[in-house]
Amino acid sequence: MAYGRAVPGSVQSIERAAAILRVVAGSGGTLGVTDIAEAVGLAKTTTHSLLRTLLLVGFVDQDRETGRYALGAGLLRLGSHLDVNELRARASNWADSLAARSGHAVRLATLAGDDVLVVHHVFRPDDSAQVLDVGATVPATSALGRVLLAHSHPHTGHRSGPRTVPLATELAEVRARGWAAARGEVEPGMAGLAAPVRAAGGLVVAALGVSGPVVTLLDARGVPRSPVLAMVTDAAQSVSRELGHGGG
Amino acid sequence: MADRYVLAVDQGTTSTRSLVFDRGGRMVAVRQREHRQFFPRPGWVEHDPMEIWANTQRTAAQVLGDIGSAGDVVALGIANQRETTVVWDRATGRPVLRALVWQDTRTADLVTRLAARPDAGLVAERSGMAIAGYFSGPRLRWILDSVPHARERAERGELLFGTMETWLIWNLTGGPDGGVHVTDVTNASRTLLMDVRTCRWDPDLLAFFGIPAAMLPEIKPSVGVLGTATALSPAIPITGALGDQQAALFGQACFAPGEAKCTYGTGSFLLQNTGEELVRTRSGSISTVAYQLAGEPVHYALEGSVAVAGALVQWLRDGLGLIGSAAEVETLARTVSDNGGCYVVPAFSGLLAPHWRGEARGLVAGLTSYVTKGHLARAVLEATGWQTRDVVQAMAADSGLSLPALRVDGGMTTNNLLMQFIADALDTPVVRPMVGETVSLGAAYAAGLAVGVWSDIEALRRNWHRAAQWTPTPARAQALTREYPQWERAVELSIAWGAPRD
Repeated sequence: MAYGRAVPGSVQSIERAAAILRVVAGSGGTLGVTDIAEAVGLAKTTTHSLLRTLLLVGFVDQDRETGRYALGAGLLRLGSHLDVNELRARASNWADSLAARSGHAVRLATLAGDDVLVVHHVFRPDDSAQVLDVGATVPATSALGRVLLAHSHPHTGHRSGPRTVPLATELAEVRARGWAAARGEVEPGMAGLAAPVRAAGGLVVAALGVSGPVVTLLDARGVPRSPVLAMVTDAAQSVSRELGHGGG
Repeated sequence: MADRYVLAVDQGTTSTRSLVFDRGGRMVAVRQREHRQFFPRPGWVEHDPMEIWANTQRTAAQVLGDIGSAGDVVALGIANQRETTVVWDRATGRPVLRALVWQDTRTADLVTRLAARPDAGLVAERSGMAIAGYFSGPRLRWILDSVPHARERAERGELLFGTMETWLIWNLTGGPDGGVHVTDVTNASRTLLMDVRTCRWDPDLLAFFGIPAAMLPEIKPSVGVLGTATALSPAIPITGALGDQQAALFGQACFAPGEAKCTYGTGSFLLQNTGEELVRTRSGSISTVAYQLAGEPVHYALEGSVAVAGALVQWLRDGLGLIGSAAEVETLARTVSDNGGCYVVPAFSGLLAPHWRGEARGLVAGLTSYVTKGHLARAVLEATGWQTRDVVQAMAADSGLSLPALRVDGGMTTNNLLMQFIADALDTPVVRPMVGETVSLGAAYAAGLAVGVWSDIEALRRNWHRAAQWTPTPARAQALTREYPQWERAVELSIAWGAPRD
């Protein structure tokens, strides 16, 4: 999405605030209100009132001496709760419980660049030999990958070439229903079910899912079996609550 | 048929929790309530026993309400913070003082005086443990010395002594109206007053510490009928009690000699089952009772307690402000590939197993301008790994038992870097079970086993499932074996640093 062009249905003041943040970020240092107003093409009074609000929410800081603006600490903190080790610590009990109840292996994954990274893994509770694959990546077409891509921006459903990335229409469906299913989750003959994990504010920060033999997760038409699907979505909601997301 | 459930009460250092488990060993309800920590003087730590009793009643009633008519709660098991000491009035049920908590160090001078007596060797010989302020006997002696007329009243049978499980069972079974005054053999073994072979109060040890026998609870097996909790509605048979670390050993299904668990919390507690054989220790681990099933011989364990594990990560967070949450220590540690030559010895208030050097003080060794906060974070995590190796080596020297795998639990087990480091440092697989609540699960297992919810310990073994395993990598294990003497040197330096100057 290009800047400076009004998008139908968008909120003007948010667009303007975003433009201001980009200008301040782009300066690499501090800017005065006049410079900012000029750069975004707004009246100085409008720019000033937008800056007051950004200051209030901590997205910009103002130097007391010079009155000039810089990016705020609140903006930097936005991404910091994504610490994957913190995420694992918060999700651990729910992931264990999901594995114990469903009888399947459980994985928690996040996006790292274009990769779907496993940040937590609970073994299938049958005491067979299994290898911990924390730090490994799984395909974007896995259930975990579909959930994460469906909620990432920009949606990467437009690439051509081999089917290594889900289609945009598939991702829209995942967003709408709140879960994803896939065959060939970790290896052939296996399937996966996954649901989004949201942080406070609703941002999707991870996907939580189970994997197992296709017949145990999907019926003959490829539709997820409802008891295990409910376990997955419940567990993802529980982790979301743990992270401070109220809704579910 | 309605499901059969077991209620577990985990009376811990910071909170009291009531949990309900099903036959599969899965937790189906949990309620928790924290209690106040009193620090009246430096080194003194106290809890209010009445508050803990109220929290027990309240959380137990809450989980029983949560279960409702979904099933029958057929047994109650208790796991408790060990060595915390209560003395109360049999007639009124009021404690004569707040409980002296296991972290309390007020008995240090008393213990030094007792240890200097010519007959002090008796204590280690009979109880299996050297005299230390860590155990409950010296705390009981301190209370008898400090409260006016306490000794005479105790001799007349007016005052009762107990650790937390004894206090709770007495109250649950009626308190002043016919409360049952019992302890389990694992808790009794932590007093220094019990003969560790016969599992009876030892008259010579009682004389040595000056404790009237009339105030002591009856010693019972850990698994078997202890009383009926008439204070709960409906009344539930109390059929299991274990000290918390022994409960974790039980909950981790370490029933065979050699099987061991380590709980990584504020400190770390490693217990290894040694079967029916009592191992005489020389290398710095402690011989303790693991558990006893009614009508069966006592099972013993070796124990290695480390005072500071997760507490060092908390210090990195709260003392230094290098991380925002405990879990972030792994993120910081992964910014570098090794410790950069840096070692942290967290001897904040001395070193426990296997060194037992109260004078040692913490240090950071190997600082150069190359060392960053990432290296420091790694050294902090490695300190817990190296301390585990210290303890495991001491146990191996004492018992001659090999360690097939180390079963782990506690908050630090979500730290993959640490768990892999421990696997490599021990050259032994590290495994985490599916149910992390091993302390309360152990209490539930003990209670349920006694009433037939589970037929035998094999049934409990079948409930244990592996949730994760960290396998040692040979090259890394060899490298850490070469590096280990560096850690040992750092430990020696921390002991030397804390030694009194002349």
